[in-house]
Amino acid sequence: MSITRDDVAHLARLSRIALTDAELDHLAPQLDQIISAVAQVQEVAADGIPPTSHATGLTNVFREDEPRPCLTAEEALDQAPAVDLQRFRVPRILGTEE
Amino acid sequence: MTAVTDRYEPVIGLETHVELGTRTKMFCGCTTVFGGEPNSQVCPVCLGLPGSLPVVNKLSIEYTIKIGLALNCSIASWCRFARKNYFYPDMPKNFQISQYDEPLCVDGYLDVQVEGKTIRVGIERVHLEEDTGKSLHVGGATGRIHGADYSLVDYNRAGIPLVEIVTKPVDGTGALAPVVAKAYVTELRDLLRSLNVSDVRMEEGSMRCDVNTSLSPAGSGVWGTRTETKNVNSLRSVERAVRSEMDRQATVLDAGERIVQETRHFHEDSGTTTSGRSKEEAQDYRYFPEPDLVPVAPAADWVEQIRATLPEAPALRRARLKAEWALSDLDMAALTNADALDLVEATVAAGATPADARKWWLGELARRANEAQLELTALKITPAQVARVTALVTAGTLNDSLARQTLDAVLAGEGEPDEVVAAKGLAVVSDDGALTAAVADAIAANPDAVASIQAGKMGAIGVLVGAVMKATRGKADPARVRALIQERIG
Amino acid sequence: MDLTRSTAAELCGLLNAKQVSAREVAQAHLDRIAAVDDKVHAFLHVAADDALAQAEEIDSRRAAGEALPALAGVPVAVKDVFVTKGMPTTCGSRILEGWRPPYDSTIAERLKANGAIILGKTNMDEFAMGSSTENSAYGPTHNPWDLSKIPGGSSGGSSAAVAAYEAPLATGSDTGGSIRQPAAVCGIVGTKPTYGGSSRYGVIAFASSLDTPGPFGRTVLDTALLHEAMSGHDPMDSTSIDAPVPPVVEAARQADVSGMRIGVVTELSGDGYQPGVMRRFAEAVEVLEHLGAKVTEVSCPHFKYALPAYYLIAPSECSSNLARFDAMRYGLRVGDDGRLDAEEVMSLTREQGFGAEVKRRIILGTYALSSGYYDAYYGKAQQVRTLIIRDFDAAFGQVDVLVSPATPTTAFGIGERADDPMAMYLADLCTIPSDLAGNAAISVPCGLADEDSLPVGFQVMAPAMADDRLYRVGAAVEAAFTARWGQPLLNNAKGLGE
Repeated sequence: MSITRDDVAHLARLSRIALTDAELDHLAPQLDQIISAVAQVQEVAADGIPPTSHATGLTNVFREDEPRPCLTAEEALDQAPAVDLQRFRVPRILGTEE
Repeated sequence: MTAVTDRYEPVIGLETHVELGTRTKMFCGCTTVFGGEPNSQVCPVCLGLPGSLPVVNKLSIEYTIKIGLALNCSIASWCRFARKNYFYPDMPKNFQISQYDEPLCVDGYLDVQVEGKTIRVGIERVHLEEDTGKSLHVGGATGRIHGADYSLVDYNRAGIPLVEIVTKPVDGTGALAPVVAKAYVTELRDLLRSLNVSDVRMEEGSMRCDVNTSLSPAGSGVWGTRTETKNVNSLRSVERAVRSEMDRQATVLDAGERIVQETRHFHEDSGTTTSGRSKEEAQDYRYFPEPDLVPVAPAADWVEQIRATLPEAPALRRARLKAEWALSDLDMAALTNADALDLVEATVAAGATPADARKWWLGELARRANEAQLELTALKITPAQVARVTALVTAGTLNDSLARQTLDAVLAGEGEPDEVVAAKGLAVVSDDGALTAAVADAIAANPDAVASIQAGKMGAIGVLVGAVMKATRGKADPARVRALIQERIG
Repeated sequence: MDLTRSTAAELCGLLNAKQVSAREVAQAHLDRIAAVDDKVHAFLHVAADDALAQAEEIDSRRAAGEALPALAGVPVAVKDVFVTKGMPTTCGSRILEGWRPPYDSTIAERLKANGAIILGKTNMDEFAMGSSTENSAYGPTHNPWDLSKIPGGSSGGSSAAVAAYEAPLATGSDTGGSIRQPAAVCGIVGTKPTYGGSSRYGVIAFASSLDTPGPFGRTVLDTALLHEAMSGHDPMDSTSIDAPVPPVVEAARQADVSGMRIGVVTELSGDGYQPGVMRRFAEAVEVLEHLGAKVTEVSCPHFKYALPAYYLIAPSECSSNLARFDAMRYGLRVGDDGRLDAEEVMSLTREQGFGAEVKRRIILGTYALSSGYYDAYYGKAQQVRTLIIRDFDAAFGQVDVLVSPATPTTAFGIGERADDPMAMYLADLCTIPSDLAGNAAISVPCGLADEDSLPVGFQVMAPAMADDRLYRVGAAVEAAFTARWGQPLLNNAKGLGE
């Protein structure tokens, strides 16, 4: 299994990181090396072994449907890069209206 | 031009999102009340601030299990939340906590009635996820997303629990496909309303539909490429969207072209769909189990407790009431279309006859609601008050005209029916002494009519009855007045 | 008397006896920071005014005769991964430069409730990704033993602050070894509590299923004091365990290992382990045997796959956890000129706001979770995780605790492994298994390696929620060695020329 520069460019787009060409040149071989190393997990005979997503073994951790205090709008917006009409102002959004 | 369904067999599928009516959000204690000031119903969790963590609202799980049970689903004995990863500014964490390959409820069905036939719509899954914030697109020519200069985001809705109900593909319905789609969503809405888990208002967006449509050449048995139509936000639109997409796809296929698998948007005004962004790269949501949450493993006895709280299914209830009230299909349809079933049932429970309850709700009160542009359920009158008015009519205390005046006063907030009748002196005048005097006056004032009556033209009695009613300001019982006049002249 | 040389336990005694004021203690540490931190660079933010105000409040409460909590007036340094209300919180990243959070992490709240005085925020590898603190966007931290060496990471600011007497206690977070490895290479004590034993609410997530906040101290007892103060169930963290905190302070005071069954992990030795590290480790094992412990060798065959499994699981989770840093609601925003769209602004901001290692791991994790690769990478790594847990379960069926070196080598030079990720990743070889299993582990100093006279850490691992065992063993090792050396090991640290 190896990873190409194009693969890394695709992954960077998927991760919303505008990597420079120089970074792509540098990262692609490093990632290839890392991926070859981590691919060792595939050597392990693990048929029928359940995956562990969590070591605690906890289930059913819930809260009751009881309201708690919210932040004020002022607190919520305080650290925003841009604010307008008590809303987070963000650059124009391309794409579908959800 | 032959019908589309002569050449093609439509297959539809529906994904319905329903905001649950919990008091707090899915993963934090922020209130879900509709219509707060922008960004005033947010906290570190639903804003996705660094370090914040989700904790599941127990009631949202309970509601989802309830929906699953009502849709005849199996409830998972163990399942997990998963992260659906994609970037979008209205989603604070840039992943949505959802469920992927382990939904809470699977494999159920909902029966719907279309043109006297029962169609069983299979339910693939019911799962729980969180809603996103809302964006306002500013600037540009249209104010819509395309061409906007920037957007303003309000996260009050971010994190509201959202149940997604996905049908199995529905085929074999032919030309009825659009009607089946609408009937399914209507039935689902009624079911959810009866469960009291959501206010299911499509206009306010607490219930939203995506409609999948594909066509396959008739008899081919091979399913065509499907499109997903979003933004279908009324019952009427569900039907129109399927119809429009069937027509569009047929035109494309007739021309020998291929259907593109894509998201399309429905436009309420034109009744047509347009293509959404064609995805240059296929979405890769990179689902994985949400590591900030632990698995949900509903105990069997909990599920049974929830099952025990299920109300009668709407279809069964309609059948029962139709029989109890001796209604025709048409009468029943009128009641359900007017959303008056609950009101009439409650009015009957409060003592009215089914016929009287229907008459007032579908007649006078429906007209008032229509004038005020309100839902029938939003009128400021209770079924008990309506029942009381019908009782007063039955007792002869009110006639229809007085009853209408009484309802007006109740609607205007002037009090209970009895208080209004007393305060305004609306009761029928049944004191023969007072009536006798009014009859005498009318006879004295209308000699021509008296002469006509005496000449055998009984129709002229109406003139005298009218004069008495006018004199008593409508409070007399017209039948009694007619009898008194006949006694005097007869 | 130099208050900065006192342990936290000693400071508690002095404060309770009103022999010193909290203000004096805080001032002494602030003075120490002012004197040495330009060399060590342990702190990203020093909260001098807040610290003094908090200390004065403690003093006035004490003067009023109020019963005060355990750590009242004791200074603590807080790793910048912990969200602190109104106090800059950067997580070592440029993308969060200047962020002042509107809320407190549960642990910051608990420290305050316990009367601890927060001195400031310590340096770290960006988003806790690293083993050297070189990945901080704000420059590296230097090891007080030798300023040209790394202080470990990612909690290197905290370990260096404690080793340089800038704070008696510090908090850290351990995802792959980020508490134990810096403790080891700085010659101090650091614990990774049981996963779920200490709250993650307000700890900026790197890998959610692994991240575990924990304490640093110069002594085992001090570390236990902080462990107890910062731990316990938190309803804001769904993965928090609803059970009493194990009796760690009591265990640290007992320091008794007689009759304890101790297992030496076969797989955590051999190639790549510095001989001096192995010699000090072997001596520590002998000491325990001498103190009455029964030592056996235990094999954990799947530990050799822990590192690759970790480097799939942690980057996968991080690729998702770090998606929220998108320039929309807080933090850095780059390129918003009215022309670029949101996606472009996000991509530019993340390009400029994240450092090389963070980008490397996000891309690696994005790859491991991609459709078509999930089963082969993330899925497989999660199965390996199960096998590692089974190795531990089998081992803990035979012994009470497992032991190993905390790190394969002593502190390496700043810059030495900076652009060799695979070499850097090896620093966590011994610590990762406990993170994957979610159990508890500690590193305590066990001497200096002969080759370089740099500290060596002795790791003790215990089953989940048996954190007290770490302190029994740790305190026994500490007592025996301190007696042998005639002074605390840290007295040999000469990096600051003292």
